[in-house]
Amino acid sequence: MPRPLSTVGSMALVTRTRTRSDGRGSRAAGGSADGPGSGGPGDGAASGAAARRTPVRGAARQPSLVTLVWRSTVGKKAVMAVTGLIMLAYLVGHLLGNLKVFFGPDDMNGYAHWLRTIGEPVLHHGWFIWLARVVLLAAVVLHGVSAYQLSRRGGAARPVAYAHPRRPRNHRGDYATRTMRWGGVILALFLVWHLLDLTTGTVNPRGEEGHPYENIVATFGTWYGNTVYIVAMLALGLHVRHGFWSAAQTLGVNSARLDRGLKLTANGLALVLTAGFVSIPLAVMTGVVS
Amino acid sequence: MADAHSTTAADGPRETGAAAPYTDYAVGAPLVDTKAPDGPVADRWKRRRFEAKLVNPANRRKHTVIVVGTGLAGGAAGASLAEQGYRVVQFCYQDSPRRAHSIAAQGGINAAKNYRNDGDSVHRLFYDTVKGGDFRSRESNVHRLAEVSVEIIDQCVAQGVPFAREYGGLLDTRSFGGVQVSRTFYARGQTGQQLLLGAYQALSRQIAAGSVEMHPRTEMLDLVVVDGRARGIVARDLVTGRVDTYLADAVVLATGGYGNVFHLSTNAKNSNATAVWRAHRRGAHFANPCFTQIHPTCIPRAGDHQSKLTLMSESLRNDGRIWVPKARGDDRPPATIPEDERDYYLERQYPSFGNLVPRDIASRAAKNVCDEGRGVGPGGQGVYLDFADALARMGRAAVEARYGNLFEMYERITAENPYEVPMRIYPAIHYTMGGLWVDYDLQTTVPGLFAVGEANFSDHGANRLGASALMQGLADGYFVLPATLNDYLAGHWHDEVPDHHPAVEEAVGAVTDRLYALLSNDGDRTPDSFHRELGEVMWDECGMSRTEPGLRKALDRIPALREEFWRRVRVPGSGEALNQSLEKANRVADHLELAELMCLDALHRTESCGGHFREESRTADGEAARDDEAFSYVAAWEFTGTGRPPTLHREQLTFEYVHPTQRSYT
Amino acid sequence: MNLHLRIWRQPGPDAEGAMTTYEMTGVSPDMSFLEMLDTLNEELAERGEEPVAFDHDCREGICGACGMVINGQPHGPERTTACQLHMRHFADGDTIDVEPWRAAAFPVVRDLVVDRSAFDRIIGSGGYVTAPTGSAPEAHATPVPKAAADTAFENAECIGCGACVAACPNGSAMLFTSAKVVHLNSLPQGAPERETRVLDMVGQMDAEGFGGCTNTGECATACPKGIPLPSIAAMNREYLRAARRTGR
Repeated sequence: MPRPLSTVGSMALVTRTRTRSDGRGSRAAGGSADGPGSGGPGDGAASGAAARRTPVRGAARQPSLVTLVWRSTVGKKAVMAVTGLIMLAYLVGHLLGNLKVFFGPDDMNGYAHWLRTIGEPVLHHGWFIWLARVVLLAAVVLHGVSAYQLSRRGGAARPVAYAHPRRPRNHRGDYATRTMRWGGVILALFLVWHLLDLTTGTVNPRGEEGHPYENIVATFGTWYGNTVYIVAMLALGLHVRHGFWSAAQTLGVNSARLDRGLKLTANGLALVLTAGFVSIPLAVMTGVVS
Repeated sequence: MADAHSTTAADGPRETGAAAPYTDYAVGAPLVDTKAPDGPVADRWKRRRFEAKLVNPANRRKHTVIVVGTGLAGGAAGASLAEQGYRVVQFCYQDSPRRAHSIAAQGGINAAKNYRNDGDSVHRLFYDTVKGGDFRSRESNVHRLAEVSVEIIDQCVAQGVPFAREYGGLLDTRSFGGVQVSRTFYARGQTGQQLLLGAYQALSRQIAAGSVEMHPRTEMLDLVVVDGRARGIVARDLVTGRVDTYLADAVVLATGGYGNVFHLSTNAKNSNATAVWRAHRRGAHFANPCFTQIHPTCIPRAGDHQSKLTLMSESLRNDGRIWVPKARGDDRPPATIPEDERDYYLERQYPSFGNLVPRDIASRAAKNVCDEGRGVGPGGQGVYLDFADALARMGRAAVEARYGNLFEMYERITAENPYEVPMRIYPAIHYTMGGLWVDYDLQTTVPGLFAVGEANFSDHGANRLGASALMQGLADGYFVLPATLNDYLAGHWHDEVPDHHPAVEEAVGAVTDRLYALLSNDGDRTPDSFHRELGEVMWDECGMSRTEPGLRKALDRIPALREEFWRRVRVPGSGEALNQSLEKANRVADHLELAELMCLDALHRTESCGGHFREESRTADGEAARDDEAFSYVAAWEFTGTGRPPTLHREQLTFEYVHPTQRSYT
Repeated sequence: MNLHLRIWRQPGPDAEGAMTTYEMTGVSPDMSFLEMLDTLNEELAERGEEPVAFDHDCREGICGACGMVINGQPHGPERTTACQLHMRHFADGDTIDVEPWRAAAFPVVRDLVVDRSAFDRIIGSGGYVTAPTGSAPEAHATPVPKAAADTAFENAECIGCGACVAACPNGSAMLFTSAKVVHLNSLPQGAPERETRVLDMVGQMDAEGFGGCTNTGECATACPKGIPLPSIAAMNREYLRAARRTGR
């Protein structure tokens, strides 16, 4: 005995004939014209997805290298990698300079003065340092904007979270990897404070121009100065630990052969930078530097 | 109409005392392959290609060709026809054309390249294939296959298929399935995957270019025949449930084999016979349906929940030794069974070939010892494949290098470590040599309907050699069909079929009625339960060895099961959404009809040959005995109605180059 | 063994879905995960309920059809496909969460079935060698160094299941795309289209709405076929090289 129709559901076996003259577009056109049941969920999904299904064949003929790179996720990551490496190189130099603090105020302040004389007489006094600032500012902005855009894009690509509480995986660098975004935000905020503190001296307890040694000692004479700085340097270590290897991966330098070496280098850089920078507030706190 | 077909011709091997009228088949006019040219076998393909009519390149775009299936044959055909300029509309039930079951082929692909300088040639491949097919295939077709094999390798390499290579950068080959030359090209244990991806990529290029209109998740449910010619198909969009008609100038079926009639086989879960069976019902003759191949080294079933069987490469028999306990019901752990209480039955019965006897012989021997009650493992359906001697002789490292991935797969599935405990193996249905009857042009008895790959019956006779399935699928798809389809299309300029042509309406009506019947039936059994039951009947009575009483029993049981199916099947859900129960029920319904024809074919062929072993037809020492006098023909069956006796058309086989001899392996 | 299953049920693409609980009894440890779902579906069908829809086909771990997130991990706790995952990896009384792949580019079709056609379009945008049938030179005309052939093969093993996308916190398809780019760009046969291939495929990947790569490595951990993370680096290298050469 057949079940009553209501339990079967409406038998919307809508049938249509498609002749050989039908093109590809006819299906979508016909879909909306069809009766109930055919213009259903399946069609909705298809038309909603139409925009992102636009083929992009011929990308190779796009007008400029810059546009091409900036538009693609791979290119944007490459921008992040290059700018990250520029900042990393700067940090290495910055650390070397900072360590002058252990040789006393004359060495430190003399070094700071020398920075303004680089490139003379071709460059005017202080030009080099401004050039460097412009490059670094551009790097920070490009790095941040790329990160923000990629992060938005990643969020849009994964709009629904899994219901299962994720168990942490046991692969290496996991914590550093997962904290890249928030670590980056922390570093950006730190950077603002750091510039106001030791570059402009606005928020420095002493804030005397041309006397970085004394300003440093003043900052690290406060509990908040030490806390902010040390937390930020730990965040920097984590950021560099994943970031350096990630940059190598993004720029295509990584390979199965180099993978281990690159990770070791990343760890080494992270350790040296963090330890080096943190040694200064520690030295002030312990009175080694005063 | 039924009356006309029930008159049995006097010379037919009429079954006496037939219990069911289905066995009362009639014999119709003999079939002749009119497309194969005469003359020397080596020149025939060249001649056919030259004599075939061509379609002007400018006119090709005006011809639409439907291709159903995207495996090696279908994928290659779709891509090649689109490259020629035809408009191709292609279908697959999977969510992507890349998932067709050709992807699961492990071993390799044969080609007569003679890169090893070991005496291989087109003629030798031809000879081996005819002989391996136990003299039930056409010489013309097999020779063409051997010729084309050479081009296939070139084509696949050009596509970037990563075949195994030697240090010099040239292609590596190995010997496979006991042949004496190294002609098998391979890509680790994933040759099928790599060849399929090559075809899929070529097809994807045409899809992106707009030359192929691809319909994934769309299943063909019927063939549209207008004025005696195949003009389209009726297909269901599996996601929306919409049933559409697609019209064209020719239809190509590349839908694979019908091994899933047995429920448990090495085929993919959704592989099915619906397309070929619907075509058969619309007039395409079905050839040699009883020729099925059973592979001896599969992992045995673990319980009733088993959903499919997994094959392990035959190469395991090169170093493993097969045995069962001498005593029945001996359930001691294998390691504790002393040497003199073990029966290495293959080595005992076939001292010269031992564990390397051909697939069918190894399979039957395993069945025999299990039937004697000496099988091992759950249900007694298994025999040991023991590597203890090989491990002692070669060392673990060497065994691991050769079979490591297979051992790993075995352990993952069974949780037994084959380095310590012997593997358990059992035969399983693997390939079907039978299929739609096609002529030399791969055209079925319905003009305009072509069948390629495993879906046709053409090249393997009664038994397929290892590494030949991939060769045939690609040969048909890349080279044969694109050459012969021109001839048909050039000769027949078709008028448009109106949307509401009676033939179209009739086909759509038949499909929707059937889906409606399945959905609205107030039953209490799942489609799967019927499939499982059918599989058991088929495996027991139409499996590795067949007897007249057993086949008659099956022929009684199948119609009763089919009747019960339509009375008791229950399909939950609706027809307007993704409904996997409905898909399954529809496929099982066709399996229930095809199974009957397979049993009838097995019953009528009272000889043993290749994969078809009739207990009644044996030599003095118990081996398969062929009867060339009576059965040197292709049995092509014509449909006359569900459950009604079909009509047998014979196509006589002649052998001018390779003369039939009896196989012997003792 | 007895199990509590929590399975995502969603009747259609635009319908609301929810995790639904099922109690399973008498599960054999020898069952594969999909056979366990088969058993559940038989029980549901016998009760007249609609079975759980999930994609599956070969059940040998090669077709790439099956894919579901089991306890938060694509294909479950073992490095294999769901069809080759066996119930012996779970314990009696376990609660198991089963969810579809989650990514904007893989919309849910029904229950655990998602639409992965974006992958096909990525391949169609350049994941091939233009070698029309009949145009091929003799196979031995171009020897391929074994190392290149091995790299190509290692990457060609990808089964297109989508686990990499499902695992990635950004829903990125970089591992999938890089596997095909590296496969074809490693071979001399793929060299003429080396630049256009990588630019077009990455362009298509972005157009499909996949996220960018943040090098978390989740994809390579989830991949049942072991496509290595350095393949992504290799694709990045190819991309930047191509951008330099073809950009103006």
